[in-house]
Amino acid sequence: MARMTMIEAIRDAHAVAMERDPDVVVMGEDVGYFGGVFRCTAGLQKTFGVERCFDTPISELGIVGTAVGMAAYGLKPCVEIQFADYMYPAYDQIVSEAARLRYRSAGEFTCPMVVRMPTGGGIFGAQTHSQSPEALFTHVAGLKTVVPSNPQDAKGLLLAAIADPDPVIFLEPKRLYNGPFDGHFDRPSKSWSKHELGEVNPGYYEVPLGKAKVLREGAAVTLITYGTMVHVALAAVEESGVDVEVIDLRTLLPLDLETLVASVNKTGRCIILHEATMTSGYGAEITSLIQAECFYALEAPLLRVAGWDTPYPHAQEWDYFPGPARVKRAIATVMEA
Amino acid sequence: MSEERAPRLHVPEPELRPGDDPDFSHVEIPRAGAVRRPDPGENPEEMRDLAFSIIRVLNRNGEAVGPWAGSLSDQEMLEGLRHMMTLRAYDARMMTAQRQGKTSFYMQHLGEEAISCSFQKALRKGDMNFPTYRQAGLLIASGYPLVKMMCQVYSNEGDPVRGRQLPVFYSSREHGFFSISGNLATQFVQAVGWAMAAAIKGEHKLSAAWIGDGSTAESDFHGALVFASTYKPPVILNIVNNQWAISTFQGIARGGAGTFAARGHGFGLPALRVDGNDYLAVHAAAQWAVERARRDLGPTLIEYVTYRAAGHSTSDDPAAYRPKEEGNAWPLGDPILRLKTHLIGKGLWSEERHVQAEAEVMDMVIAAQKEAEAIGTLHSGKRPSPRDMFEDVYAEMPPHLVRQRHEVGY
Ligand SMILES: Cc1ncc(C[n+]2csc(CCOP(=O)(O)OP(=O)(O)O)c2C)c(N)n1
Repeated sequence: MARMTMIEAIRDAHAVAMERDPDVVVMGEDVGYFGGVFRCTAGLQKTFGVERCFDTPISELGIVGTAVGMAAYGLKPCVEIQFADYMYPAYDQIVSEAARLRYRSAGEFTCPMVVRMPTGGGIFGAQTHSQSPEALFTHVAGLKTVVPSNPQDAKGLLLAAIADPDPVIFLEPKRLYNGPFDGHFDRPSKSWSKHELGEVNPGYYEVPLGKAKVLREGAAVTLITYGTMVHVALAAVEESGVDVEVIDLRTLLPLDLETLVASVNKTGRCIILHEATMTSGYGAEITSLIQAECFYALEAPLLRVAGWDTPYPHAQEWDYFPGPARVKRAIATVMEA
Repeated sequence: MSEERAPRLHVPEPELRPGDDPDFSHVEIPRAGAVRRPDPGENPEEMRDLAFSIIRVLNRNGEAVGPWAGSLSDQEMLEGLRHMMTLRAYDARMMTAQRQGKTSFYMQHLGEEAISCSFQKALRKGDMNFPTYRQAGLLIASGYPLVKMMCQVYSNEGDPVRGRQLPVFYSSREHGFFSISGNLATQFVQAVGWAMAAAIKGEHKLSAAWIGDGSTAESDFHGALVFASTYKPPVILNIVNNQWAISTFQGIARGGAGTFAARGHGFGLPALRVDGNDYLAVHAAAQWAVERARRDLGPTLIEYVTYRAAGHSTSDDPAAYRPKEEGNAWPLGDPILRLKTHLIGKGLWSEERHVQAEAEVMDMVIAAQKEAEAIGTLHSGKRPSPRDMFEDVYAEMPPHLVRQRHEVGY
């Protein structure tokens, strides 16, 4: 085991995948010589050469569009979009092309590629460096969507994503890049200073796509979440004194519904927590599935805690970010029902 | 047919990396005054050469020479010097403020001051810039209050955009400064639309689009050229080639051939390439393009050749990807020094007055900073209310946002 930040774990996953499979190619803005603005690809160009890890023009459409062509040819492109907020120019290539190639050609052409992008807030990035666009991907048939919450999962999930025969959207919560987060965004100095590293397995291993993880067992409430909010959830639960079961989804699509249903059938109460805007967000999907599957076990209405339905503001980040206080309120509310 | 060969991926590389000695001998710099100045009404097909040279006015001795000289009065040049000095002092103070944790982020203009400061002077009220993040000189040269700019950087209660935007993402309709997007290139094509609207309404206004060399790779840039060449509205398409896009050298966006200005040729647009460190050349080129727009002769594309002397932003360390001393080796010099030398040569300025002016400008900037900080900084003092977070999402706040606002306690 090695102790790593999420950035180091992602870098390690790239190196292991490229070492193992000569078809894995890495490209994106600044990813080559410099190793990416977050340094997730640092050193790859030096090790694997300029034809396997290279800088691209600032054209998200170009990055994803050429990756579709490369994947269809037989390579395994793993591309970086500098911030998820900048994937919109590439959205047509992701949605209309990458996601549908297998379907529309009846399997004649496929698109095994990974599109990595940093998501979420917590670094004062304002509206253009803070978005959580996962619902825009889970809404699209043909894509898989992954969000890790710790270095060990990040590496294993990325290796599984690269090995996957279909296009995978890999969303990296940038608030967790340098270490876990104690969930208290309104106490910036404390949360930033806590740079503990995670234990990460060496070499090749996969964390399978589509498998959630029960992080904390509990009998009273099921709290379903992913990414940065996993840490907010754990902080809130600790402070709430309620026996909450916390589940980290890890993959949003395909969804591990079985684990969720088993948990809610046991607890009878359920809260979904995400950082993205509430309305039409991914939480709505889970809410709908759980109420259909667990209706007779439910003892309280399902609750969602999410980002407000506004763009992500710069000065009021701590008011926007769903923090432990809001999660604790939600726990209290479902316990009263 | 010659023998076939397996293709190899060609990835452009800059000539120099950290540890190498800076060397710009391959950059062809024509003599000041050497480039001709056609009539703005001339057929674009006949001025293709202007996209491959560099229009320069100030020569090595600081004299203004050639057909592009003389677009500014003495008074205007003195004012221009002051604007550039103000922008530099402003940058220095805001950089320090960021390092002190008073704001989250800052982006400076070091070495590029002439472009925005000088361009603005060719415009008039009613014209609209669609800037990116390195054109604060447009505001300074149009007399926008420094205190307001700083309040924006601090996201405090005095911030005109209510703490919503990243620092340096200013907005002022009054001063012809369209609200900045963090998404590169999106506004290049919007500027064309703004000019199309002026044309549809038959109003004497023009727009100026701004983009960096790296961002010209975005499809929005190409969309803008298509629409500009199709409808020929009064728009000036500005490309600031400062050699670097974060760690990526300009050759990645440009490819192996041509210049950024030459991108205009496929669209039949007249394209100029200008010394971006020469206040006088920038103004002359801008004025030429403005004249085309005002005479309804259509769009002009201008590439400013300059160098980003500082880091990309406060999150960047350029020493990781380019030679440390490269900025000093940049052959087009420092825009402030060059204009200063010119003004001294004309007897309008002196070393002593410059030193004195530097102190004055810095005092003025510090006074503005004190005023802004008295209101607040990102983490202290008066901030926009969380209530503000819910305003302006729509013209009228829908019920679900009212509910969410109440949940926050407002
Ligand atoms: C659509 C989009 N993609 C990526 C980014 C991230 N980004 C911000 S600035 C920048 C480099 C821009 O370089 P250039 O256009 O040359 O302007 P310069 O910073 O050199 O002035 C990048 C890649 C972004 N803001 N928007």
